[in-house]
Parts: sequence; structure tokens; C-alpha cells
Amino acid sequence: MTTTATTSIVDVQDVSLAFGSVKALQDVSLTLAAGEITALVGDNGAGKSTLVRCISGIHKPQSGTISFEGKPVHFRSPEDAREAGIETVHQNLALVDDLTVWQNLFLNREITRGIGPIRFLDRKAMKEAADRMVSNLAVNVPAVKSKVRRLSGGQRQAVSICRAAGFSSKLVIMDEPTAALGVQETAKVEALILKLRDDGHSVLLISHNFSQVMRLSDQVWVMRAGRCVAGRRTIETTGDEIVSLITGSREK
Amino acid sequence: MNSLGSPRPRKDAAGWQQDVKSIGWWAEHAAIIGLIGLSIVFTSLSPVFLTAGNIQSILVAASILIVLTVGQSFVILSDGIDLSVAATMTLGVIAFGMAYAQGAGLLVSMLAAIAASSVIGILNGVLVAKGRITDFIVTLGTLSVASGLALVLSDGKPISITSIELINFSTHGVLIFGNPFIVAAAVAIIAHVVLFRTRFGTHLFATGGSKEAAQATGISTARIKIAVYTISGVLAGVAAILLVARVGASEPAANTTFLLNSVAAVVLGGVSLTGGRGSIFGPIVGALLLTVLTNGLTLMNVSQFYQPLAVGVVVILAALLSRFQK
Ligand SMILES: Nc1ncnc2c1ncn2[C@@H]1O[C@H](COP(=O)(O)OP(=O)(O)OP(=O)(O)O)[C@@H](O)[C@H]1O
Ligand SMILES: [Mg+2]
Repeated sequence: MTTTATTSIVDVQDVSLAFGSVKALQDVSLTLAAGEITALVGDNGAGKSTLVRCISGIHKPQSGTISFEGKPVHFRSPEDAREAGIETVHQNLALVDDLTVWQNLFLNREITRGIGPIRFLDRKAMKEAADRMVSNLAVNVPAVKSKVRRLSGGQRQAVSICRAAGFSSKLVIMDEPTAALGVQETAKVEALILKLRDDGHSVLLISHNFSQVMRLSDQVWVMRAGRCVAGRRTIETTGDEIVSLITGSREK
Repeated sequence: MNSLGSPRPRKDAAGWQQDVKSIGWWAEHAAIIGLIGLSIVFTSLSPVFLTAGNIQSILVAASILIVLTVGQSFVILSDGIDLSVAATMTLGVIAFGMAYAQGAGLLVSMLAAIAASSVIGILNGVLVAKGRITDFIVTLGTLSVASGLALVLSDGKPISITSIELINFSTHGVLIFGNPFIVAAAVAIIAHVVLFRTRFGTHLFATGGSKEAAQATGISTARIKIAVYTISGVLAGVAAILLVARVGASEPAANTTFLLNSVAAVVLGGVSLTGGRGSIFGPIVGALLLTVLTNGLTLMNVSQFYQPLAVGVVVILAALLSRFQK
């Protein structure tokens, strides 16, 4: 009833995490298949973002294991996770408003040149590469030299996704990437997500939009009150079933 | 392709005129406009103001403040504030004097000044980053610690430093640029390169602009914080050396004006007090403006007592203007 035969890229086993008395995650187990779009759904406060933060190295699980490409991993920081090939588009849009598009795209991945330890930014190379990255997108982003502050919500999201898709990432995690977007922007971002999969990235998508989940995903996991309560192949389920799993009116 | 609409750059003549009329434009260039405005006023009021000799003395007088302001800019750009800069400089001055009085050479005395100031800087950084105490409180504490230490170590007494080399250093230079100003200018240029041409600089802006976003990309904001306070400490040490050279003595003075002016110069220079936005040259123009203000008032025989008043008015005006920044 749950997973398929394809190889998994992430295996979450019995992961638990509490913030004081709040049990944000309780024995969560799920798998993400390589090359697929996996959706993670659940009500507000179900623990979706917290799980994502464990996978991307921001939080450390208090118990349980997370395996990436078959090997258990213990990321100590987001840097470690990015190093391994996991990029995250965070719910709160983790871009720095006062930096330019190209600076954000290359944040902590700057291209430098110089001799030995004395290194300077290769701004030209980064701007050119940023231009290329952005022009590959289906979304129209203004000049890479403009400050992120001036971008619309959809353009920001496109930049975040663009950054996550770059740097040969294997898994791209997106926490509600279309939450703040209009109809057209949502459509474009959805196109970007499908393109990511077609380009060979695995995708973990958190969304409250069921039709979007049904449209895009291959596999759905449902979380409720800190637990992963069900998993379904998307083609074998319906929006109604997902809703009843989320609210708990139906188990397993 | 256009549904997300890119803002078209409007740099035609009409757009530019609009720029000049908007208050935001004035706000962003407050320091340089103020500097030019004041210079025009003082030139018309005093025949001495625009002479080579006076410009030279303004630049030399500004050099200590410029060095401190550069350190303060690093800290404020990272969304902090260093209230201890002036006290840290004083401690450096005392360290210099004590080493010199013990018979150490100039070089060793200078290193002592920088070492003592760096210790306070590192302490600030570690307490802010690892102790998770607000920047304001930490540096308020170390302000007291450093000035207290300076008093204890010097027993409240000045040590005169009679070194021909130091006197030569502070009274000579190239053209109208005195050596102290050349040191300050070098510090400023290095600071500019570090801020805008290195990874560290970018990470500093990211830390000041959005700590969460910086951390999400794996930047260690704690390391950045420690680094900026250390830089501020080292530069307070450099300023201490310039101060000893200028005064010819090592005095445990409070130097509070330097603290106020360093923050004022950064604000005048258009650096966002919440971090993440600004430059190095803006604050330096701010420091020059404050020095010109003092110099001009002195030339016009305005009592020294009025100078803090004038500085205060200018800073508050600048802060008001900066609210209109884009
Ligand atoms: N840093 C934190 N400190 C304390 N409690 C936290 C923290 N982060 C999350 N929580 C709590 O953990 C629970 C799960 O939160 P989480 O953000 O993972 O929910 P979510 O499923 O992403 O919800 P949403 O759909 O609203 O984004 C919530 O009760 C939340 O209050
Ligand atoms: Mg969430």
C-alpha cells in the first residue's frame, strides 16, 4: 500500500524531536524515492517544516536515523546537508533582501580566485553564471544585478528554487513554495518543480494545496500531530482520501 | 514571459530629475551633501578654511575617527553595535604607554596597543556570538571594563611619550596628506575590498541583512560576529597608536566623543542601523563631515562647548533623513 520498488534517496527512520514539551515529531518514518516528486501534507503544526529542517541539517533529531543515498547521515549544519547535495527552499523564503539576485544565488557558494588563502570574489563569473541559471527558468526574473528587495513574491520564489536547483543538488526540498503566490505565479512555479524532476532531481514538496499535490507528486505522505500517519501512491488515491487522512477521520 | 514583469531601469534624463527631487535621494547622499554644504558655508565665513594647511589639519584630525568608524561600520553592518570602541582604544593607549615606560621599543609598544584592544574585541565577539547576549549590553559592559582597566593599570596618571620617530610620523606626510591620514585611508581601502570583494564581506552583509537566511545557506553567523568585533578591536588598537602619536602621551581619558562620533559617522554615512546595507565610504564621509564641523566652528571662534551640540543636531537631522531612504 505504501512505497514503490524504486531506489530511495532519503530514508527517515523513527525520527523524534521535541521542543520542550511540544512533541513536534514522534517516531516519523518515511522514504523519498529517487527521481520522484514526493509530497508531504498535513495540517498547520503537524510537523512538516520540522521534519524538513531535520533533513536539511538545521535541527538534529533526538532519536531515529536519517539516511541519504543509503548511508546514515548526521548533518551538523545546513552546510553539511548542502555539501551532500540537499538544497532547501524554506517556507519563509530564505533570501537576503539587501543582496542582489546573483549574490543570493551564490550565497556561501561564492566563486573566488586568487593565490592560496588570499582570495577575491570573481563577481564577473558569478554574474554570468547567475544569468545562465536564471535564463534556464520558466519564470521571468529581472536582471541578476537587482536587489532581491525589489522582486515580486513569484520572482523571489523562482530565485530560491533556482538556487536550490543549481550546484548539482540531488534532493530539492520545498516548503510551501506557492503559498504566497497568485494563480499565474503558482502555475509557473509548478512548471519549475516538474522541470526539476525532469532534470533528474528528487523533490520533496510540502503543500496545503491538494489539487497541486495530486497534479505534481508521485507519492504522498500524510502527517498529523507530529506523526507520519499514512503514505499513498498519488495515482492510487484521491484528494478526498488525503483530506480524511489529514483530519484523522480515516486511519491508514 | 512578462507576467512576472521585470522592473524596467529608468535612467533617462526625466528619471534622473525625478531622483533628485525625491527625498530618498537626499537621504541616501546626506553625508556628502552635508560635507559640501558645510564646506561652502565655512569657506564663505572664514578665509582660512579652504587653505591647504587647514585641509591638511582636517584630514589628520579626522584620521583617528575614520579608523574607529571603519570598525564601527563592520559591526553595525552585521546588525550589532560596538559601544566599547573608544574605551577599547583608551586601553590600547595605556598598553602602549606601559610597554613604552618599561623600555620596550616603539614597535613592541604598538603591538601591545593592538594586542590589548584586540582582546576586548574578541571578548565582545565571543560574548555576543556564544553567550547570546545582546550586542548593546555586551559592549556597554566591556566599555566599563576597558575604561576601568585603563584607569587601574595607569593608576589614573598619564605617561608622556617622547619619541622623535612618533613626532616625525604624525607631523609629516605626502603633499597635503599627513601620515595619520594615509594610515586611515589605507585602512579604509582594505576595509572596502574586504567588504565588497571577499566571501567574508558577502557573508557579513548576509548576516546583517537576514540572520536566518544566512544560516540556512550554512553561513556561520557566530563566526562572522566574532570576526567583526575582533576587527573593531584591532582597529581601536590602530587608532590608539595614532592617538598616542598625536597627543605625545598615554592618557587614561574617557574619549567618549570618539564613541558618539563613530556611531554618528556611520549613521550619517547611510549605513542601516539594522545591518545589511551600507558602504565604507559613506561613513568615512560622515567622519569627515563631523571633523569639518568641529574645525569650522573652531575657526569661527565658537566656544568648544557648542561643538557637541552641533554634532547632536547634525546626527539627529541625518537620522531623520535616513528614514526616507529607499
Ligand atoms: N523552533 C521551535 N521551537 C519551539 N517549537 C517549535 C519550533 N519549531 C516548531 N515548533 C512547534 O512544532 C510543531 C510543528 O511545527 P512545524 O513548523 O513543523 O509545523 P508545520 O507542519 O510545518 O505547519 P505549517 O503547515 O503551519 O507550516 C508546532 O507545534 C510548532 O509550534
Ligand atoms: Mg511549515
